[in-house]
Amino acid sequence: MTTISHAIALRGVTKRFGAITAVDRLDLEVPAGICLGLLGNNGAGKSTTMRLLTAQAIADAGTVEVLGHPLPREAKAARARCGVVPQRDNLDEELTATQQLAVFARLYRVPRRERRAAVARALELVELSDRAHTRIDELSGGMRRRLLIARGLVHRPELVLLDEPTVGLDPQVRQDLWSLVARLRDEGTTVVMSTHYIEEAEELADDVAIMARGRVIDRGTPRALIARHAGAQVRELSGDPTELAAVEARARALGLPTRRRGPQVAVLRAEGLDGQLGEGRTRLPALEDVFVSVTGEEVT
Amino acid sequence: MSVVDRAVPDGPEAVDRPRASTRLELRALAGVLHREWVVFTRYWRSTTFSAVVEPTIFLLAFGFGIGALVAEVQGMAYLEFVGTGVVAMAVLFASVFPAMFGTYVKRRFQHTYDGILAAPIDVRELVTAEALWIGVRSGTYGLAPLLVATAFGLRPGWAVLVVPLIGVATGFGFAAMGIFLSSIVPSIDSFGYVISALVTPLFLLAGTFFPLENLPDWVAAGAVINPLYHTVELVRGSVFGFAGAAPLGHLAGLLAFAAVTWSAAVVGMRRVLID
Repeated sequence: MTTISHAIALRGVTKRFGAITAVDRLDLEVPAGICLGLLGNNGAGKSTTMRLLTAQAIADAGTVEVLGHPLPREAKAARARCGVVPQRDNLDEELTATQQLAVFARLYRVPRRERRAAVARALELVELSDRAHTRIDELSGGMRRRLLIARGLVHRPELVLLDEPTVGLDPQVRQDLWSLVARLRDEGTTVVMSTHYIEEAEELADDVAIMARGRVIDRGTPRALIARHAGAQVRELSGDPTELAAVEARARALGLPTRRRGPQVAVLRAEGLDGQLGEGRTRLPALEDVFVSVTGEEVT
Repeated sequence: MSVVDRAVPDGPEAVDRPRASTRLELRALAGVLHREWVVFTRYWRSTTFSAVVEPTIFLLAFGFGIGALVAEVQGMAYLEFVGTGVVAMAVLFASVFPAMFGTYVKRRFQHTYDGILAAPIDVRELVTAEALWIGVRSGTYGLAPLLVATAFGLRPGWAVLVVPLIGVATGFGFAAMGIFLSSIVPSIDSFGYVISALVTPLFLLAGTFFPLENLPDWVAAGAVINPLYHTVELVRGSVFGFAGAAPLGHLAGLLAFAAVTWSAAVVGMRRVLID
C-alpha cells in the first residue's frame, strides 16, 4: 500500500516558449485535500502551470508528479484521475448537455453500467438537471460554464484543475460557482484553481501561491499572507502627487510598503503608526494588498 | 469517499486505470470514436447529402455526357469505367476535406482537442481514432456511386464485397494526410493551395475519368505515386475481376501511403497540440 503525500509535486520546473520563460524553476507542492489558489496576473505562468499538470505542456527541466504519477511518462494514468475545467469554453455545441457528459464519461473511462448515473449526478451537482436535454448552443453563458464544470467532474476526479473558472461571469453566477467549489473542497477533493481575481482566492483557497514571472514568489493561507505582508491595518491617504510622493518616501523610511492608486496611497502594516503620515482612512488589509506588495504589480 | 481511500492507488478500481504504455489503447480509441458518432448523429443529414449527391452528379454527367461520345474504354462501357472511378473520388472527397477543415476547426477554433487530451487519451490515439472514423465514413460513402452505377446497368462480381475495405484503407490514408496538412497550414485559407495543387491533380490523374495511358508518358509514370490510382485499380479489379499479382502491388501502395500519412499526422499534431 502506497500513500501519496502530495497530490501535486513540481520540482525545479522550467518551461520556455522560444525566448520567453513561462515557468521558471518552479517548485510547487500541493497536499491532498486542499484548495490551492494560483494567483497572478496574465502572463505570470498560471495557465502554463495548469497545462504542465495534464502533460499538455512538457517541462524543459525539472520533475512533475501528479497523484503519484511522474509526468509525462504516466500522463494518461494521472489524467484519468484529474478533472480539468478549462478557461476556454470548448463544449460540443451541437450536443445536448446529457450527450456531452456521456461522451466525456466514456473518454474518462467511467464503467458502462455507471455512466448514466454519473451523468445524472454531474448535472445535479451543477443544477442543470432540468436542462439535461437542451442543446448546448441554447444554454446561457452561466449554464455553459456550469456544464463545463460538470464535464470536469463526471468521473469523480480526485484532483480538479480549474483554470480561471469565473472569468467573464456575472456576480450571481460567480457566487454559485464558488459554493460549488467550496463543496468539492469540503468533500475532500483536491482543487487547484488559477485566478486573477483576488476575492476568488480569498474566498475559496486554503492556501494561496502568488505567481509572477513564472515563479511562486510567496505562499501561505490568505490570513498568513496578509499578516506577513500587509499587517493588521492599512491606512489610505489622499492628496496631490507631490504630497503622495512625500508620504511614500516617509513610509519607505519607516520600512512600510505602499501602493499607489490614482490620487491615493495605501500604506500597509500601518497598525503601529500614530499620526506620523498624516490623516487618512484606516481599513483592514486584503489579499489584494499582499499581491501588490509582493509582486510590485497592480492587479490587472 | 474520503481522501484516505483515494490515496490508495492499488484499490479495486486500479483495474480500470490506463497503464503507462506506448501502445494504442482500444478504450481510448473507442472513447474518441464514440464522441464522433454522437456528434455525427447531429449533422449526418447534410454530410451524407453532399457525400452522396456530388459523386452521383459526377457519375451521371460524365457517364452519359462522355459516354455518348465514347462507347468503350479498356474493354468496358464508359459508364462502368467512370462508375468505378468515381468510387475513388467519392472516398477522397469524403476523407481529405473533413480531415483538413474539420480537424483544423476542432483544434484552432473549438479547442475540442484540448478537452479530449485532458482525458486519458494521447495524441497518437486521438489521431488514429479521428483518421479511423473518417476512413470508415468515407469508405461507406464510396459505395454510393457503385450503387447508382448498378442501377444503371453495372453488374459487379462477388469480389465487389471488398470495395468497402479498399475504401476504408484509402479514406484512412487521406484522412491522415488531411490531419497532417491541418497541422502545418498557417491558416484555414491556406487549404486553397492544397486543393488546387494537390487534391485536384490527385483525383483527375488517377484513371478516374480517363485512362492514364492517354496522358504523356511522364504523367502516366507519375501516377504510380498517386495513392488514388491504386484505389481506382483495386476498385475496378474487384468489380470486373482481378488479374495477376498487380492488385497486391496496389494494396501495398495504399497501405504504405496510409502508414506514412498516419506517422506524419501523429508527429504534426503532437507538435501543435502539446507545448
